[in-house]
Amino acid sequence: MSLKGDYMGMALSVDDLDGENIGYFKHCAAHNFHLQKCDDCSLLRYPPTTACPWCASAKATWTPVEGKGTVYSYNEVHHAIQPAFKAKTPYMLLLVELDTQKGAPTPDEGLRVAANLTLPSGELAPPDMVKKVGIGSRMRMVFADVSEGLSIPQWTIDEAAPQPEKPWRYPQE
Amino acid sequence: MPLPADTDVSTPKYLRDKYAIVGIGETSYTRGSGKTTRALGTWAFRNAIADAGLKPSDIDGMLSYSGNDSTASTFIAGDVGSRLNFYMDCIGGGSSTEALIGIAIGVMEAGLCKTVAIFRAMNGFSQVRIGGTGARSAAPVNGDMLHNRAYGWQSAGQNFAPTFMRHMYEYGTKPEQLAMVKVVHSEHASNNPKAYYKKRFTVDEVLSSRMICKPLHLLDCCVETDNGTCIIVTSAERAKDLKHKSPLIRGIVGRCSKPRMDMHYQHGPISRVGGYYAKDILWPNAGVGPEDVDATGAYDAFTFTSMLQLEDYGFCKKGEGGDYVSSGITRLGGRRPNNTSGGHLCEAYTHGMNMVIENVRQLRGTVDDSCPEDADGKKIHTYDYREGGCRCVKDIEVTANLGWANPMTTSAMVMRRGF
Repeated sequence: MSLKGDYMGMALSVDDLDGENIGYFKHCAAHNFHLQKCDDCSLLRYPPTTACPWCASAKATWTPVEGKGTVYSYNEVHHAIQPAFKAKTPYMLLLVELDTQKGAPTPDEGLRVAANLTLPSGELAPPDMVKKVGIGSRMRMVFADVSEGLSIPQWTIDEAAPQPEKPWRYPQE
Repeated sequence: MPLPADTDVSTPKYLRDKYAIVGIGETSYTRGSGKTTRALGTWAFRNAIADAGLKPSDIDGMLSYSGNDSTASTFIAGDVGSRLNFYMDCIGGGSSTEALIGIAIGVMEAGLCKTVAIFRAMNGFSQVRIGGTGARSAAPVNGDMLHNRAYGWQSAGQNFAPTFMRHMYEYGTKPEQLAMVKVVHSEHASNNPKAYYKKRFTVDEVLSSRMICKPLHLLDCCVETDNGTCIIVTSAERAKDLKHKSPLIRGIVGRCSKPRMDMHYQHGPISRVGGYYAKDILWPNAGVGPEDVDATGAYDAFTFTSMLQLEDYGFCKKGEGGDYVSSGITRLGGRRPNNTSGGHLCEAYTHGMNMVIENVRQLRGTVDDSCPEDADGKKIHTYDYREGGCRCVKDIEVTANLGWANPMTTSAMVMRRGF
C-alpha cells in the first residue's frame, strides 16, 4: 500500500510499487531503524537500493540497526529554498556516520545517514541547539511522525554520550 | 608548441587534434530575457554559425542538454533551416558541455554526420530558477527523494555543502581563501563587457555577504541568468577551410564519476570529487599534464567547485586547493588564469558553455575585451589587466575545461591552439 503525508508544507509519498522504500519506512513508522542486509555478503546499506552495491545480489533482509553515530559533515541553511523551512532557519542537515559498519568494507566507507538536527520530539532544532553541533558531535536517532504509517528518521544530540569538547564548526559564526 | 602525439593513453582509441571547435555563439546575458528558450537557442545558434563562417545547411548534427527547461533541437534546427542527419536532446546540467563535445566527436567518427552544433538555452532567472527557488521549491517529494528533499536538502548549494565543509575540516581550508575565487573571477569579469556582473569584489565583501547555507555566502554562489549558448564542432580537416584558426581538441573525459552513484556520500573521502578519477583519463588521452596548461575553466557554480576540481585534476596537491586559488596563479597575469570571462560567478550561468566559449576565444586570440582595435577591426591587446582593460592571456597554447555536475560527476576537455 502506498504511503502519503504532508510534512513541512511538502506532499510526501511512496508508491506501492516501491518495495524498497515501503520496507524502509514501514520500520520507521514503528520508530525502529532497519536497513537492508545483503543475504549474500552480509553488508548493510543505506539508503534503500534494489541490489547490493558491493556484490550485486538482489536478496536482502531488513535488519535492526542501532541509530547512533557521529556527525561526519553537515550544512547549516540560513536561506531556505522550500517555503515551510523559511520560518525554521537556521536549520541543519547532518550527515551522521553510524557506529555500525564504520570503515567497512573499505576505510573510506560508512553508513552516512542524512537527516536534520531536531529536538528529541523530532521537531527542527532551535538556533541555540544548532550552535552546539558540528563534525564529531555524537547523535542518536529519533523520528518525526508525518502521517499514519509514515515517519522519517531525524537526529538529536545524544545527551547520554560523551561529546567532544569543541565539535568542528564552520569558522565564521 | 610541439605536443606529444604518441605517448601512453588510457584507451586504445584516442583522437588528439582530429576535431576542432570552429564556431561559438551566445546571446546577451540578462536577468529577464523576455524571450522563449526557443528564441534564445536560435539566437545563439545563428551567432555560432556566423562566427564559424558556415551556412545553416552545413550543420547536420545537433546536441543539446537541459533539465526539461529548454527547447528541443528539432525546433532550433527547423527555425534556421538546418536538416539534421543526427540529433539528440539529453538530460543534464553542469559537466554536459564537455561530455556532449565528446559524443559529437564519437558520432562524427562513426560517420553519422559531419558537423555538430551543441546548444544550451535557459531562462535560469526568469523561468526555471537555477538556485532552486520558485515553482520547483514546492514540488511533491516522492520515493527516493524522501531521503533528501524531505529534510530541506534540495538546492545545489545545500546538496554539495557536506563536501565543502569536510574539505575545510580535513585540510584547514579557510573561508578567505575561497573568497579569493570570487575576487579573481570578478576582476576578470570587469574586463568583459558582456559579463552580467562587472563589479570587482574584495575578500571582505564576499565574507560579509549574507549566509545562504554554510559554508556558502551569497557571493560564493554563481549568478542566475537567462541565456543561450552554442558551440560548433567538426573535423580538423574541415576546420582548415573555415574562418578561424580553430582550437583543436586534445582529449575529453565525460561524466566520469565517483563510486556509489546512488548516494555518493556513502563512499569517501567525501572531500574528494570526480576529478580524482577523471584525471587518469583526461591527461593520458590529451598527451599533456596540468603543468602544460596555460588557462583553466574550472566550473564555478560555487567558489568551492573551482577549487576542488583544480585540486583533484592535479593542478596542486590534495588539500592545497585553498593556497592555489588564493596564490595569484589563477589571476590574469598569473601562471594559469582560471575563468578569464568571469565564469559562472560573474559573467553568466550557462551550465558550463561560457567557460568553453571563453577558452576558444583565448586560443584563437579573439578575446572580446575593451582593448583598442586596428584599422581591420582586430584587437591590439595591451595585457594591462587593470579594471576595464585587457583579458587576453599572453602566449596561450593549451587550455583545460573542468566541468562539474556535483561532487560525484565531472567532465573535462583539453584544447590546444590551432595552426
